[in-house]
Amino acid sequence: MQVLYFAWVRERIGVPREEIETSAATVNDLVAELRAREERYEAAFADTSALRVALDQELAEFDAPLSGVREVAFFPPMTGG
Amino acid sequence: MIRVQAEAFDAGAELNAFSNTAAGAGAIVSFTGVVRDVTGGLSGMEIEHYEGMTEKALTAIRADAMQRWALADALVIHRFGRLEVGEVIMMVATASKHRKDAFEAAEFLMDYLKSRAPFWKKEITSDGADWVASKDEDEDALSRW
Repeated sequence: MQVLYFAWVRERIGVPREEIETSAATVNDLVAELRAREERYEAAFADTSALRVALDQELAEFDAPLSGVREVAFFPPMTGG
Repeated sequence: MIRVQAEAFDAGAELNAFSNTAAGAGAIVSFTGVVRDVTGGLSGMEIEHYEGMTEKALTAIRADAMQRWALADALVIHRFGRLEVGEVIMMVATASKHRKDAFEAAEFLMDYLKSRAPFWKKEITSDGADWVASKDEDEDALSRW
C-alpha cells in the first residue's frame, strides 16, 4: 500500500510517500511494524497520541482495519484556516 | 464552490463575484484569514496540504454546512505553499436569506477548516522554521456543532 507522511512526520521519516508491503491487520499493527524498522520511524511514531491517520483520504482511528485500504496517511493534528 | 490553490487571490473581488451570483440572498457573511506576525520576526509561512484529501474534506464540510443551514451558497478558498506576512491565506463566504444562518454557517466552516481540513502551517522566522501546533480550543470548538 501507499503510505504518505505530512508535516513534521514527513520530515522525521525523510520521504513524503513510499510503497510498503505489509500484512498488518490494523493501523496500530502497521505503526508497530514501521517502528521496528529504523530509528527514523521510531522518532516519528514514538507518541501516536500526537498523530492522526487517514485511510483512503478519510480520517480514521488507529485501531481501524487495513483490509482493502490502498492509501494510509500519517500526520500531526491539522492547522488549517 | 471550494478552491485549493497556490496562487494569491483578491478576497474583495471574490466576495463581489460571490454576492452577485447569490441572487436573492439578503445576508452575505465573509471571513478572510491573513498571515500575521504576532510575536515579531515572522518572515512568512509555508502551508502544506494533502492533495486529494483536501478537496474531499472541503467539499464534505461545505456540503454539511449547506445541509445544516438555509444557505443559497457557500464559498471556501484556501491557499497552500509559501505565503508572506500580510497575504491572504483563505476565505469563506456564506449567503442566506437571514443573517443568523449566514453567520453561524461561516463560523461552522471556519471551525471545521481549522482542525478537519488537511493543512499544516509552518512559520518561518529569521531563527528557522517551526510547525504551528494545533490548539485544544480548536478541537473543543467543534463540540458546539
